[in-house]
Amino acid sequence: MDNKYRINHLRELESESIYVIREVVAQFENPCMLFSGGKDSIIMFHLARKAFWPARVPFPLMHIDTGHNFQETLDFRDKLMKETETKLIVRYVQDSIDQGKVVDETGVNASRNLLQTTTLLDGIEAMKFDCAMGGGRRDEEKARAKERFFSHRDEFGQWDPKNQRPELWNIFNGRKHMGEHFRVFPISNWTEMDVWQYILLENIPIPNLYFSHEREVVDRDGTILAAGEYVTLKEGEIPVKRIVRFRTIGDMTCTGAVESTANSLEEIIEEVASTRITERGGRYDDKRSEAAMEDRKKEGYF
Amino acid sequence: MSEEYNRGYLDMELLRFTTAGSVDDGKSTLIGRLLYDSKAIFEDQMEAIEKASLKTGDGEVNLALLTDGLRAEREQGITIDVAYRYFATPKRKFIIADTPGHVQYTRNMVTGASTANVALILIDARHGVIEQTLRHSYIASLLQIPHIIVCINKMDLVDYKEEVFENIKSDFDRISTKLDVHDIRFVPISAKLGDNVVDRSKNMDWYDGPTLMYLLENIHIASDINHNDTRFPVQHVIRPMKEEYHDYRGYAGRIEGGVFHVGDKVKVLPSSLSSKIKSIDVLEGHVEEAFAPQSVALSLEDDIDISRGNLIIKDNGLPKSGQDIEMMICWFDEKPMMLGGKYTMKHTTNDLRCVIRDVKYKINVNTLDHDKEDKKIGLNDIAKISIKTTKPLYFDSYIKNRNTGSVILIDEATNNTVAAGMII
Repeated sequence: MDNKYRINHLRELESESIYVIREVVAQFENPCMLFSGGKDSIIMFHLARKAFWPARVPFPLMHIDTGHNFQETLDFRDKLMKETETKLIVRYVQDSIDQGKVVDETGVNASRNLLQTTTLLDGIEAMKFDCAMGGGRRDEEKARAKERFFSHRDEFGQWDPKNQRPELWNIFNGRKHMGEHFRVFPISNWTEMDVWQYILLENIPIPNLYFSHEREVVDRDGTILAAGEYVTLKEGEIPVKRIVRFRTIGDMTCTGAVESTANSLEEIIEEVASTRITERGGRYDDKRSEAAMEDRKKEGYF
Repeated sequence: MSEEYNRGYLDMELLRFTTAGSVDDGKSTLIGRLLYDSKAIFEDQMEAIEKASLKTGDGEVNLALLTDGLRAEREQGITIDVAYRYFATPKRKFIIADTPGHVQYTRNMVTGASTANVALILIDARHGVIEQTLRHSYIASLLQIPHIIVCINKMDLVDYKEEVFENIKSDFDRISTKLDVHDIRFVPISAKLGDNVVDRSKNMDWYDGPTLMYLLENIHIASDINHNDTRFPVQHVIRPMKEEYHDYRGYAGRIEGGVFHVGDKVKVLPSSLSSKIKSIDVLEGHVEEAFAPQSVALSLEDDIDISRGNLIIKDNGLPKSGQDIEMMICWFDEKPMMLGGKYTMKHTTNDLRCVIRDVKYKINVNTLDHDKEDKKIGLNDIAKISIKTTKPLYFDSYIKNRNTGSVILIDEATNNTVAAGMII
């Protein structure tokens, strides 16, 4: 790059995301940031720290805990919150089940992924949040490709894809009526590759699950699931030890691993560059139907 | 920052471009081709498209399904909204704002164009310059997209004839005299067969210009940002409740023009109070200079009253100011504009109110004629209007700075964004 006043693609994305996070704090009274312990929410939180340094992040994080998390993720989360003196709110899907608001799925493909929506919307209402920032990216899934940075939700938390506010330049319209709220996606324009490159560039710690390790897994219809107490085995399924890593970290029942020996960020970037399957390709929940994500989003999913 | 660029893949720039057109122009095929040839389409996405193609009975794999994300769009085979697509080559990361091309989606085209560095305009070689070519070019010019690449597509269907290309090129040159665009390139392509998209065509020896991908990778965009007139709209004031930063006040924002250095003398508008930059702060550190479009926090030597919506500038290149403002608008709402009506207006980090005073003229987007009689402005209309704001505004003309020269209007009853405005 010859021009002195040029920034690379990661710095431009960073600047855009910081701008969006600051707009949230300026435009909303009681925002929160959703945090899962996955890499997208980790970089979103990192960007939030940048946006307000040297002050602390001026909003709480909220984790919707399915109860089926990897212990490594929870340990990582707690350590990060402590180090950065950040307030964390945890809402449990188990509570929604106990209150009879949702019914736990049973059977071999049981997942609490869909149930999270109820817990999330209850959490937003109980804490009176008027905005929840999420780490959704437009490259993840085609229904997300049309999502705005500032996404308006009606009083039922629903998304109306046909009635979205136009978003121009860097002007964001966060106006709303009582009872409505916003979902804001500060890293909308990042791709999986950008996220990894940025983690390397900024040297951001991430859970070990993302790196290659040996683990007991079962192969179900092409998705490699971690064998554990939350995954009900099908008849004839026998867990085997394999060298794997996770490309996304979510609920254990639906987050697929990939066979990989990538042990460093550089190796992961190389692997991402040469891979031919999207990261959500390993998500059992998206395979349920072609419009699975659109349907979940309309109801108020992340 | 320079050491970052020694690391191969980090030496990449971000380029945003917009594509306007319909399936008939081969727009979706072109995007599919760019994504496919740059390996941005994954196996599972391809499988999903193959599966969906079978369902609609298209016979062959329909790349348009890749860009049509919402169920209604897939069912009806149309693109309704702006969809954002991503791909990268070793040189650049690309963000495509893919918008529908029909006149009833003018507002979507305007939205997609607002952040673009480059506009791709597709022309079917069999039909040449038509009404929608003019419309798409006008929107690119209105939104001041700095570069236009005209792709003359379906060259395979006109036997790759140079004459066809040259005729369309001179037709386009004629209409472009009515527009305010400075950099126009022409490429003869076949999106379906791949000629001159990523790989050079073997069928058009007469064309010795660059391929589309070469242009996208190399078009010079660094000078598109205004690095002369310093503009720093204050977004938020950072007040750490920490012992070691007891008296710290950080003015957070994104630089929308120019370069700021530590030690620079600055002025705050509207108060006109002056101070000097004490530090430019980023996470756990400081930098000596910062420039557009970086997001930073500035701290000043003097303790002066500064809040969101204020503008920090250096003494050169002052912005305009005033309450009577003329601008071009595109109307976005089903409910027509109310002459004399009051709207909330957003400009940089400012919220204020304005009243619509007059409609100077309305543009016929198919002929570019000015209609001075018709004062009714409805959905998708483009017009020149005058407004009065409730307090003085500090702004630039849109031609000088896209971010300090743009506004949106909001309906106070519905909270909808009802118009985009480009200040003259």
